[in-house]
Amino acid sequence: MKIEFDWKPLLLVPVLALVALPLTGSFSTWLTLTVAGLAMGMIIFIIASGLTLVFGLMDVLNFGHGVFIALGAFVASSVLGLMGDWTGSQELWRNLVAVFPAMLVAMAVAGAVGLAFERFIVRPVYGQHLKQILITMGGMIIGEELIKVIWGPAQVPLPLPEALRGSLLVGDAAISKYRLLAVAVGVVVFGLLAWTLSRTKIGLLIRAGVQDREMVESLGYRIGRLFVGVFVVGSALAGLGGVMWGLFQQNLVPQMGAQVNVLIFIVIIIGGLGSTGGALLGALLVGLMTNYIGFVLPALTQFASIFLMVAVLLWRPQGVYPVANR
Amino acid sequence: MFLKRLLSNDMPRSRLLAVLLVALFLALAFAPFLFPGVKALSVAAKILVFVVLVASFDLLLGYTGIVSFAHTMFFGIGAYGIAISASRLGPDWGAVLVGLGASLAVSLVLSFAIGLFSLRVRAIFFAMITLAVASAFQTLASQLSDFTGGEDGLTFKLPELISPSFEFAEEPFLGVSLDGRLLCYYLLFVAAVVLVLAMLRIVNSPFGRVLQAIRENEFRAEAIGYRVVVYRTTAAVLSALFATLAGAMLTIWLRYNGPDTSLSFEIMVDVLLIVVIGGMGTIYGAAIGAVLFVVAQSYLQDLLRMGSEAASGLPWLAALLSPDRWLLWLGVLFVLSVYYFPTGIVGKLRARRASAVR
Repeated sequence: MKIEFDWKPLLLVPVLALVALPLTGSFSTWLTLTVAGLAMGMIIFIIASGLTLVFGLMDVLNFGHGVFIALGAFVASSVLGLMGDWTGSQELWRNLVAVFPAMLVAMAVAGAVGLAFERFIVRPVYGQHLKQILITMGGMIIGEELIKVIWGPAQVPLPLPEALRGSLLVGDAAISKYRLLAVAVGVVVFGLLAWTLSRTKIGLLIRAGVQDREMVESLGYRIGRLFVGVFVVGSALAGLGGVMWGLFQQNLVPQMGAQVNVLIFIVIIIGGLGSTGGALLGALLVGLMTNYIGFVLPALTQFASIFLMVAVLLWRPQGVYPVANR
Repeated sequence: MFLKRLLSNDMPRSRLLAVLLVALFLALAFAPFLFPGVKALSVAAKILVFVVLVASFDLLLGYTGIVSFAHTMFFGIGAYGIAISASRLGPDWGAVLVGLGASLAVSLVLSFAIGLFSLRVRAIFFAMITLAVASAFQTLASQLSDFTGGEDGLTFKLPELISPSFEFAEEPFLGVSLDGRLLCYYLLFVAAVVLVLAMLRIVNSPFGRVLQAIRENEFRAEAIGYRVVVYRTTAAVLSALFATLAGAMLTIWLRYNGPDTSLSFEIMVDVLLIVVIGGMGTIYGAAIGAVLFVVAQSYLQDLLRMGSEAASGLPWLAALLSPDRWLLWLGVLFVLSVYYFPTGIVGKLRARRASAVR
């Protein structure tokens, strides 16, 4: 059976961009804002992808996801701090060589902490949403305080490597170089996730496990381990997202996990809880909306994404791409 | 039985709990005379405010089984309502009433909108959406500094009758000077007692029973014919209104309000913790938990400071024990109590009684 692809939500992105065109005044401003918004959307997608993966596949609503994001960013600040020679260099390849291990280390640390988090915090409360929310919130508080113990409660700067600063001029529009890198990373993450889930045997098993856990187990697969793996991957993605978000903000505070949590919740609610494609779409919409409103009505920036969420929920109460079996 | 009717037939059902509650009631009723001193009276007033705030949160978390992270938002609305109107309209009772009415109206509309939006799909939406709205509200409150005083907050005057400078007797009575401060405390005390009794009435009414049925089995409650959305939204609105009143109590006592005193996320965490420790789904648990917590918060941080100084030989241990990391230990306590202590103190006490009877 071939399911017809639901293309309507995809139209939201160009529609939103077109609506904003007359509001922003000039075409070059609009182009700059649009490109910046899309790039910001890709960064938001990277941080939200782990959460939506964990929720969609394991039915665990992880309020502690923000901690892994903050952890990734702080680890990256330490790693990049050690590689000062490389980040300070003018050459692009040296900078990338510095950023790449920072990402890997951040992912590894976030993944390892995720493993412990799953074992001690989440495992005893599988299937109980209320307790999950409470427990993971508790984990969030503990994690934030531990970050304060390790890196101190003050703000930590995370400067961009030399060659990634500044922007390129394409026609009239200015595109910051770092955002291009963010788009590239985001596309890779989305591609890998979509490919793994739809084209590999592991993806097949995971999807089957979501549909009917007992059946997969009776066929001889250890679904428990697979799901732990999903949680670790989700945490590692959060770590990667933390690196990208941290470099984007260029300043880290221990509370950043809680701040980002709000953003990614809005994104996955718009996208439909658990849907990877929906999360991408939601992230792009939120990124665009934040940039447009931030330019037109800066005072309302905080509410921009909430308005967007309300509008989307009025149209589709389950989010744009609801996951069918929940 | 008058007492039975007063408590809406929800007796403590444990002798120890009953003794504790009576002791608590008497201690709070005579707090100005039993515990002289400015700090002790402030702690007692804070307990009164938190009992109402936590009980109103329990209406939602314990009885209806949904988590809201916007509870401090409504708490803050109540506090800001009175603060703004008293600082604009001057210190008279009219201003207080206007502020109270306006903040109740704002809370009503806001909680109704949030409830309808998020609860009609899935209860877990509610947790996420309230978190988002609350954080946006917090930013808004500190940004609109012309209106709310921004980060500095608002200091204002209240009617003469309840301000500390008003003395209605020259001679101190039993060593306590009879001033507006004392009157203000008793105003809070009466308000807290009335509100707690009202909440007891609500949770023990047929409406409260339906809420508990929804908590236990949403699907079955819907199948019997109760509109789950309507009941959940009503519970959310009621709980928001009670939180608003608690906020008003706080700001009347402090005669100051700012983002950190009423809106901060830390208060939200405190409330969550108190509900879980005291016992979810029991109004009495809110009372017991609030007392334990506020007393611990006021006096235990000193203990942590001593521990930190004692451990100064081990820098990492000293860092962990520093009073600034108080929230870390709260978080650990919170996680442990959700696991091992899910019914809280009241639940434990009642279970002991039940097993003894059998």
